[in-house]
Amino acid sequence: MMAEIAQATAQHVVLVVVSVALATALAVPVGILLTRRPAWQRLVLGVANVVQTIPSLALFGLLIPLPFFGIGTRTALVALTLYAILPILRNTVVGIAGVDPAIREAAVGMGMTSAQLLRRVELPLATSVILAGVRTATVIGVGLATIAAPIGAGGLGVLVFSGLASLDNRRLLAGAIPAALLALLADALIGGVERRLRWPR
Amino acid sequence: MSFVGFDEVGARSPSGAAILEGFSLEVREGEAMALIGPSGSGKTTALKLVNALRLPSAGAVRVAGRATTEWDPIALRRGTGYVIQEVGLFPHMTVVENVALGPTLAGWEDARVDARCEEMLELVGLPRPAYGLRYPHELSGGQRQRVGVARALAADPPLVLLDEPFGALDPVTRWALQGEFRALQQRLRKTALFVTHDLREATRVADRVAVVDRGRVVVCLGAAEVAASDLPVLRALKEASGL
Repeated sequence: MMAEIAQATAQHVVLVVVSVALATALAVPVGILLTRRPAWQRLVLGVANVVQTIPSLALFGLLIPLPFFGIGTRTALVALTLYAILPILRNTVVGIAGVDPAIREAAVGMGMTSAQLLRRVELPLATSVILAGVRTATVIGVGLATIAAPIGAGGLGVLVFSGLASLDNRRLLAGAIPAALLALLADALIGGVERRLRWPR
Repeated sequence: MSFVGFDEVGARSPSGAAILEGFSLEVREGEAMALIGPSGSGKTTALKLVNALRLPSAGAVRVAGRATTEWDPIALRRGTGYVIQEVGLFPHMTVVENVALGPTLAGWEDARVDARCEEMLELVGLPRPAYGLRYPHELSGGQRQRVGVARALAADPPLVLLDEPFGALDPVTRWALQGEFRALQQRLRKTALFVTHDLREATRVADRVAVVDRGRVVVCLGAAEVAASDLPVLRALKEASGL
């Protein structure tokens, strides 16, 4: 049983880490672009919002019949990545837009180019806000990855669902407790980094 | 010789309202000029026209003989120190990193940047060993403003723009910093354009004072002549400043 829990936990962590990493790699550059093209913000954030609103089981259901997807880890990863995009994207836009206009003007007034402004001022000052988005995405991801078990993604959800099906509470809890702990741990860890990168005014 | 010139300059807000109209002024090389006037008179806008943070809607602003519209804005700004009220320091950079920024952007080599930071911090009375590694939130308002001045002068620009640099300070610190800034400006022979709404401050830091009202310069006179002048436009400013 312990070996099974360990293996399921490892699968779970990989699912969440890979999907959040993919979402970050996608959402941060797009978020930066949106701060340069504010006219696109409504459309892009709107689309991300629609994706976020689709119930997770329904999204799995929609993806499985498509070619390339089907049952398995790949479909779960794509769905988890889609769900992780919105919080990171939104916080990237909000974090950069929230930089004090006086600070931005001082930077431009010193002769920074747009790229220097981004790299030296806007991104460092927005990092804690962007990380808060990553934290939200990770906590949501831990929960959603549990639900991804029925489509063959593996992870702690396998124990939860098989425990449910066989009315085996021990098995159920062997999946549920580590999943809950994982979410709390991710929240605390990323939250800790986030606080250290928050700059006082 | 004029270093900064405004020729019948107009400027509009994003909504199209006139902020400056027929604004003309000449600032000589090495001179400190104060722009004084009530809030909303357009003094800050005039300042931002000089380093091309804004461009004129009419007329022209010349810096070193060239219109700001013909300057590469990045080059113009790197040759122009800019000090704004308190908030201008970067909160995520130490004192040294803030001061080093201008020279680094200008492409100085590391050793020279280093020596320059040392020199500038010494100059504004915040020796590097004691203050260099602090963050802006660990300094008092007066110390922050000193760092702001050191940062603006670090890349050795011939021109410095100051927008109410001492506005947020207590009267004692303010008085001391005005004196220090004036001594520094005269010693380094920088051309300085200084926005303030305090006439006493204007006469203390500047060679000449330009009174701005409703988007134009109504009068420009020597700092020493202000006290004796009984121009109506100066009367309210004098009363407000206790002169």
